[in-house]
Amino acid sequence: MSCCAPGAGFAAVDQAATADEVLLASREIDDGLRQSDLSVPQIHCGNCIRTVEGTLSALPGVAHARVNLSTRRATIRWRADAPPPPFIEALAQAGYEAHLDDIAAMAGDEQQSELVRALAVAGFASSNIMILSVSVWAGAEPATRDLFHWISALIAVPALVYSGRVFFRSAWRAVSHGRTNMDVPISIGVLLAFGLSLYETAQGGAHAYFDAAISLLFFLLIGRTLDHMMRERARAAVKGLARLAARGALVLDPDGSPTYMPVGEIAAGMTILLAAGERVPVDARVQDGASELDCSLVSGESRPQPVAAGSELQAGTLNLTGPLRIVATAAAKDSFLAEMMRMMEAAEEGRSAYRRIADRAARLYAPVIHLTAFLTFLGWMAVAGDLHRAVTIAIAVLIVTCPCALGLAVPMVQIVASRRLFEKGIMVKDGAAMERLAEIDSVIFDKTGTLTLGNPRLVDADRHAPGALALAAALAAHSRHPYSRALAMAGGTLAPATVSFTDVTERPGCGLEASAGGALYRLGRPEWALGQGAATADRSDAGVVLAKDGASLAAFRFDDRVRAGTSEAIAALEAAGLGVEILSGDRDEPVRRLAALLGVPHAARVSPGGKLAQVEAAAAAGRKVLMVGDGLNDAPALARAHASMAPASAADVGRNAADFVFLRESLLAVPQAIAVARAAQRLVRQNLGLAVAYNVVAVPVAVLGYVTPLVAAIAMSVSSLIVVGNALRLGGGATDDAMAGTARAPAAKPVELAAGGAL
Amino acid sequence: MTDYFYLIPLALAIGAVALATFMWSLRSGQYDDLDGAAERILFDDEPRAGSDQIESI
Repeated sequence: MSCCAPGAGFAAVDQAATADEVLLASREIDDGLRQSDLSVPQIHCGNCIRTVEGTLSALPGVAHARVNLSTRRATIRWRADAPPPPFIEALAQAGYEAHLDDIAAMAGDEQQSELVRALAVAGFASSNIMILSVSVWAGAEPATRDLFHWISALIAVPALVYSGRVFFRSAWRAVSHGRTNMDVPISIGVLLAFGLSLYETAQGGAHAYFDAAISLLFFLLIGRTLDHMMRERARAAVKGLARLAARGALVLDPDGSPTYMPVGEIAAGMTILLAAGERVPVDARVQDGASELDCSLVSGESRPQPVAAGSELQAGTLNLTGPLRIVATAAAKDSFLAEMMRMMEAAEEGRSAYRRIADRAARLYAPVIHLTAFLTFLGWMAVAGDLHRAVTIAIAVLIVTCPCALGLAVPMVQIVASRRLFEKGIMVKDGAAMERLAEIDSVIFDKTGTLTLGNPRLVDADRHAPGALALAAALAAHSRHPYSRALAMAGGTLAPATVSFTDVTERPGCGLEASAGGALYRLGRPEWALGQGAATADRSDAGVVLAKDGASLAAFRFDDRVRAGTSEAIAALEAAGLGVEILSGDRDEPVRRLAALLGVPHAARVSPGGKLAQVEAAAAAGRKVLMVGDGLNDAPALARAHASMAPASAADVGRNAADFVFLRESLLAVPQAIAVARAAQRLVRQNLGLAVAYNVVAVPVAVLGYVTPLVAAIAMSVSSLIVVGNALRLGGGATDDAMAGTARAPAAKPVELAAGGAL
Repeated sequence: MTDYFYLIPLALAIGAVALATFMWSLRSGQYDDLDGAAERILFDDEPRAGSDQIESI
């Protein structure tokens, strides 16, 4: 029943969007309604659907609310004559974290429905043609046979035009750019088979290949549609994660009245009011106020940075403790974020265009089969001198070698592999990414947010008296400073404090102050909480002190928490012969401490450009690097590296640049993804081998002129089934056992990885 | 032979009707949320969204 009812009111503290922001992200539909899309990642069962729809429908002004469980989104239609209802707050009350989603982003499904429609038409046509063909093969008399061939042709024409255009378009694009891909031999084979069959039918000939041509389209479309759906699913899952970039900001007009403006319209010189918990929309300078900023996603700096009037702020950093009045120093297009985007684009151009293994195979394969068919034609012309016969046999060669198996060999394996990664919480951007990941020979990790979780944790929770910790937790619940959150979380399981605080105030850069029972409590920096008389010894190692009237009750220490499975993951990677390295933008000391703990080389205070340069230098030295990072500062390096991974908590830009996104906390996702990618690569090679072996058998039969439509249909179906069956082996068997072993005993992992590398 | 003139068009028509039905169901969004549909069938009372249709019958 309560499988999905997290602590009510706990979620969505950061996410609370203003009414203006909701309005900005909504779209007008007819009947005076507006539509908003929310991404609600925690929806995962029927109960959630009812709770979320019930909560939203109960809000005044909501006309209709509908949850999509597959994409974990809610679509809300609300009356435009009133301000937007507080959806996000209402859902937070019900225990669901929700954030606004762009409606425009939904348009991506167009291609999928085109593929499904093409698949349906091809399925209809191929089954009906096959019924007629079976009658012909069973020995129909010539008049019936000709009639059936004509009916087949009538069904085949629209199917060829409607379903075949998926391949023809792609083949034409490749040819017109002077390249070949798998769709070129497919298109040539299908069109020639159809042309020959039409000619034969008109001549009253015995053999027509309509069934072969259309079934080929049907089989290949199955593979293509599954491939697309898998990627779409991964894309939707990644998109459902929180947006981290600011959507707009409250700008003060010259006359002093605040207006909510989209980020794109903010110009340098405008004054912006930035509340605690908001992200800095554009590069800016603080005019008034004091606060602390979380820069971990932007620079990798793990400690909150104090800011005061005059401080320069980078776009994308998070304002933690106090409201600020800031002056924009650059428009969004000139801000830090945009600069990272430009660096990424340049970096992507630097990454030499990767050729998919299927395209590389096609480049070898297409000339070979086309040459074979041509030689067959010449041979039969020389031997028999019969033009019609020579053409028929040459085209039969093309039909038999038409790469049905080859066309399915690669996508089927990648579909099964991405499904397996999906189950492990790893999203793959596309098949090419999986091929690249299988090739990597070294791994570069970012620190903050990647090897560590990027939020501090109380290190000595059990050393404190429960009373003091509960007191600190109760006070800390009033603040969103990372240390306060860590305290609140650590104290969450204890009995609530008996003291009730009044007049809680937050002093940016210092801490929290409150009174209770006539005493003044302070929770914060030691020198501030303890007043002037603080002993200097306390200062160096205590992060936060809880004091009553200037007397210390407890001192708390914090450390950034290392991601689960980190040392196992690093050990597995090293055992597999991959070089591991840490590149961080953080200060030297925490980086060195972590690197020493894990026993890997490191570099600290690396700028975004420095990371990019490191990756480029490695690429120039012939190494294939996997970059794992989360921040804005990692984005250019992620875009440039041979393959890249990012955790779900990464900045939008980093997540979009990465080939893989892992949704779970454990860093074991990295070796797991590499193992699956390598296993997939092995099966792809096997499948390509099987397709070649099939041709070694089929081509001589075809060249000698023994291929009839019946033989072609059987040969194609059997080879496709073998390839698909081989791809499904990835679903179970050896890799699965090795993976399951990893979770329990890390030592099993290296063996699996090494085996993957050897084959 | 004359049987063909009824049977073949009939077979094709049945197939075409099935294809058209599939296309219609695809367009009307019935495949948009397969996971959700599997859960919704267990609900006792579909709130408002369903009741409109019942009233109009």
